[in-house]
Amino acid sequence: MFTHKDVLETIAMVEKEHLDIRTITMGISLLTCIRDTAKETARRVYDLVCKKAENIVKTASDLSGEYGIPIVNKRVSVTPVSLITAAFPEDAPLVGKALDDAAATLGIDFLGGYSALVHKSTADYERKFIRTIPEVLATTGRLCASVNVGSTKSGINMEAVKMLGETFKEAAFLTKDKDGIGAAKLVAFCNAVEDNPFMAGAFHGVGEADTVINVGVSGPGVVKHALEQIPDADLTEVAELIKRTAFKITRAGQLVAKEASKRLNAQFGIVDLSLAPTPAMGDSVAQILEEMGIQTVGGHGTTAALALLNDAVKKGGVMASSRVGGLSGAFIPVSEDIGMIKAAEKGAITLDKLEAMTCVCSVGLDMIAIPGDTPATTISAMIADEAAIGMINNKTTAVRIIPAPGKTVGDEVSFGGLLGRAPIMPVHECDSSKLINRGGNIPAPIHSFKN
Amino acid sequence: MRAVVTVTGKDKKGIIAKISAFLCEKGANVEDISQTILGEYFAMIMIVDLSESKEELSVLARECSELGKQIGMSVYMQHEDIFNAMHSV
Repeated sequence: MFTHKDVLETIAMVEKEHLDIRTITMGISLLTCIRDTAKETARRVYDLVCKKAENIVKTASDLSGEYGIPIVNKRVSVTPVSLITAAFPEDAPLVGKALDDAAATLGIDFLGGYSALVHKSTADYERKFIRTIPEVLATTGRLCASVNVGSTKSGINMEAVKMLGETFKEAAFLTKDKDGIGAAKLVAFCNAVEDNPFMAGAFHGVGEADTVINVGVSGPGVVKHALEQIPDADLTEVAELIKRTAFKITRAGQLVAKEASKRLNAQFGIVDLSLAPTPAMGDSVAQILEEMGIQTVGGHGTTAALALLNDAVKKGGVMASSRVGGLSGAFIPVSEDIGMIKAAEKGAITLDKLEAMTCVCSVGLDMIAIPGDTPATTISAMIADEAAIGMINNKTTAVRIIPAPGKTVGDEVSFGGLLGRAPIMPVHECDSSKLINRGGNIPAPIHSFKN
Repeated sequence: MRAVVTVTGKDKKGIIAKISAFLCEKGANVEDISQTILGEYFAMIMIVDLSESKEELSVLARECSELGKQIGMSVYMQHEDIFNAMHSV
């Protein structure tokens, strides 16, 4: 039985420390929607998504009211659209439009799954599909796209890496009146997971049940507040406290996930243990690292502090949930984290340090604005670097980078809402095009051959 | 189903009376009540049984929050499961 202290602690977490359930995401299989034409398929997709998820917003609101914990986002992820439009890839945008319309009807902010899985090689229909992504992102508001370009088992598909560099550039260019927001809705993955509830990289894997509820918890503010109570503790104690705090946060997510799946007639999928920041003050992963003892995030020691944080969150979270999955790690998006934004403005954090940090946490170079004139091959090279980290270390890595049209170092992009704002960060200007233009595959590492 | 009502804020006259009257009107049966005063700070936690209440918990929770605003206190009503989940292994 809980005590007075427990009750007041939970209330303080919500009132003062931004404890929330970051997202309830319903994964929906679209495999039954495939018809002879794109138009018929799109109609079926719209109807199915609207029917399956019709109560997601109301259910989230009810649960939030009953448990007294905000549920920030309600979202849907679907089967990678490249699979259901394989017979008519040029018309895939019709299905994209139907999904965007469905998201608007449901009243949800993002729907993920305009995706292709090309980690080993690119089929012709996937090549055509990937070419539709920039236009679709420019003409829809809520749809998110992702492409898996590599995996530990299959290596890195460098043709796809090259295409993705160009796709980011074009997605940003086609939305140049909005600071290139199209690129903020696109993710290039290595080792993409099939049950990720977080956007923009969520999609519903083909190995999943037909309807699944995945929940992402959050609470960087709660962890920071807890650490503020032990300013002089050694790092062993710090790790223990983070574990205990993550346990409590995750238990709230587990409760909501189980109840939501029951009410929405869907299978309980996973709880994602990620610490996800928002641009709000006090809801920052960077500020946890600073509380641990780094003057400004990006300084030497940042990677070590992040490794401790990431691991302790997982250890506490795994104990608290019957099924964990998704990305499960601390997120370090620049534009969505007030501590990161400040460090980037001061020049304290660089792309190179961010890349190092992605070796020890999820998920990658996330929501980073770079000069609009950065060559596509340089962006591809960044994707290749991240994919290599993921491939070799058996982990998910990703790139969501915004080459802001017409902007350069010293300028800022602002997307508003959860996507936040970010200063343009400098990139290395030396040319990587020869590497990228070679094409082919980077072979899978020797340690992937485990059979 | 049981819920936890938490009332916090600066101590003043009639808090318990007002909260109890509200709960009685809504068909909530108070099973346990405990209260502490630290200086001027008032904190009360009640466990209530809602099995005879006609309103849904999410509606009652909103009404509690509104009542809190009227009397200048912070008032929450939450399903007991959230505390059991977060504070027990």
